[in-house]
Amino acid sequence: MHRPGMISIWFFIGALLLVYGVLILGAGLYEFVVPPEHPVVRADLHAGVWWGLLLIVLGVFYSFRFFPGRAK
Amino acid sequence: MQSSPSRLLSLSGVDLAVIALYFAAVLGIGFYLRSYTRTGEDFFLAGREMTAWIAGLSFLAANLGSLELMGWAASAYQYGILATHWYWIGAIPAMLFLGLVMMPFYYISKTHSVPGYLKLRFGEDSRALAAVSFGFMTVLMSGINMYSMALVMKVVLGWDIHFSIWASSLTVAMYVFLGGLLSAIFNEVLQFVLIWLGALLISIIGLIETGGWNGMVERIAHNNPGQNYTHLWSTLGAFSDNPMGIHWVGIVFGLGAIISFGYWTTDFLVVQRVLAAKDVRAAKMAPIIGASFKMMVPFIVILPGLLGLAVLPERLVGEGQAVATGAHSYNEVLPLMLARYCGPGLLGLGITALMAGFMSGMAGNVSAFATVWTYDIYRPFFRKTATDEHYVSMGRWCTVAGVLVSIGTAYLVMQFKSIMDYVQALFSFFIAPLFGTVVLGMLWRRATPAGGFWGLLAGTLSSISMWAWVKLDPTALRYVALSSQAKDMAENMYRALWSWIVCVVVTVVVSAVTRPKPAEELTGLVYGCTELPAEGNLQLYQRPIFWAAIVAVVFVILNIIFW
Repeated sequence: MHRPGMISIWFFIGALLLVYGVLILGAGLYEFVVPPEHPVVRADLHAGVWWGLLLIVLGVFYSFRFFPGRAK
Repeated sequence: MQSSPSRLLSLSGVDLAVIALYFAAVLGIGFYLRSYTRTGEDFFLAGREMTAWIAGLSFLAANLGSLELMGWAASAYQYGILATHWYWIGAIPAMLFLGLVMMPFYYISKTHSVPGYLKLRFGEDSRALAAVSFGFMTVLMSGINMYSMALVMKVVLGWDIHFSIWASSLTVAMYVFLGGLLSAIFNEVLQFVLIWLGALLISIIGLIETGGWNGMVERIAHNNPGQNYTHLWSTLGAFSDNPMGIHWVGIVFGLGAIISFGYWTTDFLVVQRVLAAKDVRAAKMAPIIGASFKMMVPFIVILPGLLGLAVLPERLVGEGQAVATGAHSYNEVLPLMLARYCGPGLLGLGITALMAGFMSGMAGNVSAFATVWTYDIYRPFFRKTATDEHYVSMGRWCTVAGVLVSIGTAYLVMQFKSIMDYVQALFSFFIAPLFGTVVLGMLWRRATPAGGFWGLLAGTLSSISMWAWVKLDPTALRYVALSSQAKDMAENMYRALWSWIVCVVVTVVVSAVTRPKPAEELTGLVYGCTELPAEGNLQLYQRPIFWAAIVAVVFVILNIIFW
């Protein structure tokens, strides 16, 4: 799957995960600052914050590693 | 989109943004890949240039439909860890067998499809029987899945059922129409990643809440005294000892030896993804990579169901009782767990995972249907000689037609719900005999064209007959499933086993009295007549057999751990 000029699927995945990570981290931080009236079970874990960070790390890695023209 | 006050979950703006971005991404990929999909090889086989990883992940994602996610999570809640058998013994040995033994023949024969292999090995009659049954059943199953998904979206999110059906299916139709199998595979890899990232969090937070595996087991035992939900094999000595009403013989021989081999090695929906691999080694590695991930799927599907047994305050019930009493049904366990742990954004990701599962499964159905219709029905029976462009165009429009027929089926099921049971039973009629025919064709050079056709036909008819026999006379269950206590799943497994045996016996007997093909016509199709690429020059870690052995060892260890 290395046709000349074709963007790798991993770049698409990385870009989407990066955007998702930003959105989820943002929502997680907002809940951290302004706790909701009806929190989910184990809201004390702040899953949105660290899951958002994980998505950002994965997204950045795949976006840069497979950036169009950069990937082997 | 209409909302209902009885919905299970409420989505925030962030959740809706996550879902909208997903739809934009899959459609964008379809539009982007259109310019790379010009020939039949591109459209139907993704140019045969997928790496082992892409083909392997796509192979698994095509099977990971939303019903797979929610259905097996529900089964785990209902039957406990026994549902894991469908992921381990019901998949891993068959996937490894496909990679090591069968893929070389599929790949070297250069066939476009499984019915296409039957044409090369046994002739036009066998191909026609397999192609027509596969095409028919695939669009019907696709419609049933579509309806079930729309129903879940209605219950969970309060979405209008017509909106869910049309929005999701037209999205799939568009990206497959534009980019064919290439687009389907690209999106399946994306969907695979989203399914994991959307569903894994439930298991992680659930295990934290229960204090780990042991804490979860203790809670399940406390909530369900006298019932064993957490052992894989130790309760299978008698039908009455386990909540599934099944015996280990049915699991090992019916599920492990026949149903799983039939599905994973001959269902073109999944095999098509591996045929797109770039070379024989990649084609052998793809199912092995798929098997390694398949082994881990219980951690995002079965574990949430078990966690539901441990932590949910209310008792979930069957669908009929849920409708009558307003309680939550087993099928809602995954959305309930999502609602329990996932706040804004994460909830959107979880719902996206469910939608991704549905769309990957549906794309698998329609792309496989388009290929089988175009190459195995339209070309041989309607228009033998046409340009490659013509067949690509036929494939594109067949994708749209397949989706429309699926939508029609979804509406039919909405009116007559019992159709769902019949079609699911019908689908199982073809799988086991087809495996008998293909495996004999690949491994036994003496199998003749007449033997292949009559074996397939007899096996299929015997399966239908056994099903009808039990429907008309329920006491026949003690003959078909060897016990009057056997439940539906056990009956399916024994029926598969008998129909496979009928297929093999008829194939062998008819082959013994009819003329076989000369050896030179079997080159590339049959073991012993085909020169397989040597792997002696490869390092140990580059050989498929090495990785298959590792997967097999992990498989055995997991079964012992959860015995």
